[in-house]
Amino acid sequence: MGKKLLLQNDNVPGIDTYEVYRQHGGYTSVEKALKMTSDEVVEEVKKSGLRGRGGAGFPTGMKWSFLAKPEGVPRYLVCNADESEPGTFKDRYLMQRHPHLLIEGMIAASYALGANTAYIYIRGEYFYIVNILEKAIEEAYTAGWLGDNIQGSGYSLNMYVHPGAGAYICGEETALLESLEGKRGNPRIKPPFPAVKGLYACPTVVNNVETIAAVVPILNMGGEEYAKIGIGKSTGTKLISASGHIKKPGVYEIELGLPVEEFIYSEEYCGGILNDKKLKAVVPGGSSVPILPAELSLKTPTGEPRLMSYESLSEGGFVSGSMLGSGGFIVMDETTSIVRNLHTFNRFYHHESCGQCSPCREGTGWMEKITHKILDGHGTLADIDLLWDIQRKIEGNTICPLGDAAAWPVAAAIRHFREEFEEYVSNPSSIVDVKHYYNIHNLVEA
Amino acid sequence: MSEVKFNDETLAVVHNLMRRYPEGRHKSALLPILHLAQAEFGGWLSPAAMDYVASILNIKPVEVYEVASFYSMYNLNPVGKCMLEVCRTSSCWLRGADDVIRHIEKRLAIKVGETTADGMFSLKAVECLGSCGTAPMMQVGKDYHENLTLEKVDELLTQFTKEDKHSRYCDANTYRKN
Ligand SMILES: Cc1cc2nc3c(=O)[nH]c(=O)nc-3n(C[C@H](O)[C@H](O)[C@H](O)COP(=O)(O)O)c2cc1C
Ligand code: SF4
Ligand code: FES
Repeated sequence: MGKKLLLQNDNVPGIDTYEVYRQHGGYTSVEKALKMTSDEVVEEVKKSGLRGRGGAGFPTGMKWSFLAKPEGVPRYLVCNADESEPGTFKDRYLMQRHPHLLIEGMIAASYALGANTAYIYIRGEYFYIVNILEKAIEEAYTAGWLGDNIQGSGYSLNMYVHPGAGAYICGEETALLESLEGKRGNPRIKPPFPAVKGLYACPTVVNNVETIAAVVPILNMGGEEYAKIGIGKSTGTKLISASGHIKKPGVYEIELGLPVEEFIYSEEYCGGILNDKKLKAVVPGGSSVPILPAELSLKTPTGEPRLMSYESLSEGGFVSGSMLGSGGFIVMDETTSIVRNLHTFNRFYHHESCGQCSPCREGTGWMEKITHKILDGHGTLADIDLLWDIQRKIEGNTICPLGDAAAWPVAAAIRHFREEFEEYVSNPSSIVDVKHYYNIHNLVEA
Repeated sequence: MSEVKFNDETLAVVHNLMRRYPEGRHKSALLPILHLAQAEFGGWLSPAAMDYVASILNIKPVEVYEVASFYSMYNLNPVGKCMLEVCRTSSCWLRGADDVIRHIEKRLAIKVGETTADGMFSLKAVECLGSCGTAPMMQVGKDYHENLTLEKVDELLTQFTKEDKHSRYCDANTYRKN
């Protein structure tokens, strides 16, 4: 059994209620934090080596220490619960079943940052979880963990849930802040970074749900102990959202460093490929990260076992590696059309581009059109090169990383599965199997 | 459609929401208030509804329009009473979302983006809803219906028809009162 830090009480009935949560050691990390100075709390998180679980993997303690602290200016903690990266559903799981874990982590984090107001920005589609969080926050207020003078410490914190309204781009932290201010979710140009000018132009830390929840075990066990879990610079545990052609899709907490092969095939995790088919490819970290063909998912380019860690998954760079990203692990069996899969991604990014920069707005549109044309049986060899060319021109040329996120899946699909694209354009009848699965207006954005 | 004006209960919630943000930053409450407006004023945001929200927040109507048109959950045109939102992104596609969409289209005799003649159902194909491990799935109001099979879809449609189901993402009880 792998180590569980976030989901250790997953099977405890009623763990979503305050009473049961408290009985199982809930809120002890806040008790501990309130006896420390805020700098000491930041120091523990630094020692833990915790890296952001939202996708980029930036060291959390370092991010916290960058927070500007001008006299008399409020600071904010904003929890990023926008979770819209295709293939990712672990934050939802955590909030639905362990709402108090998030709230506890937010109190400790807010204390460390000297924030007296904290917001949870949650994607609007998760409205039923807004209910769950509101109830848990209410309970936390009643029990004296929120509000004025928390547990007699002199520290005060108010916490609010804020729903979005359907826009992947609002997961990008500056777009999220715009949205939280009641505006369109257009990413801001950085710098200034949110740590200096964030919400209402005040210093702000934006952290992912899972990152904030991980602060709880870190404070409970101490940063140094936490750092012993995992492998190398990938410390601790990570929630993996496993979906696609596997026997047991779901959310799994793994110790970082678990071999990919074990994750896919062992009974403890995915339980193997659905219907015992062969593995064709894996998107290991959410739709934005490069797809890996079977052999490169299980082994690094040097033939070592591929591990579920930030370093191992990216070994080989974009030529033969990928990224841990958000931990959205999508598995595809041998029957899967990579072109068709890519098309769902292209359509997604086109739909979600905020439209501010032309390479992203126009490029995502063209990429969607081209994969559609290929799937429709009218593609040419030149279209494959055009696709390659467009993604290259998007990457690195946009305000926010959505452009890159749209480009990388295209590059990797062509890099590893070019022959499939070529087969589709040179022999359209080979698309028949795919056609069986789609109806045309479902492919095109209305 | 009823008059475009929140009842007292909802209005109290709206004012509560506005207090969640610092002095002078009430515009922050725009998204949650638009959700309430859509839920209470017939499932879509008419210009009258948006103007009303602008007046509550004391902002220009255009500030509301530009926001309402940005986010996919706001309907700027009338929709059916019960909106079926089927996810079509990768993980759901891998597990048969196309079949679900096609099945609903056949059964309701509408296409994606359309509403049944009786105004009961609208069908929308949407992007990943964070339910990929229980694919295929669809959202109806705030409810997620997961691990769909065609039989399950049939049962749901029958049930919704019988209940005359009105799908809403939220209501005045969504938020805590203080
Ligand atoms: C297009 C785009 C979408 C993103 N979506 C999310 C998201 O849904 N959830 C999230 O936590 N981070 C998301 N991020 C990353 C955030 O910008 C930010 O890095 C993260 O919330 C920081 O938290 P962390 O350091 O705890 O990971 C997204 C980034 C981009 C560019
Ligand atoms: S890269 Fe795309 S999503 Fe990001 S700011 Fe530019 S247009 Fe908007
Ligand atoms: S792909 Fe359908 S819910 Fe994520």
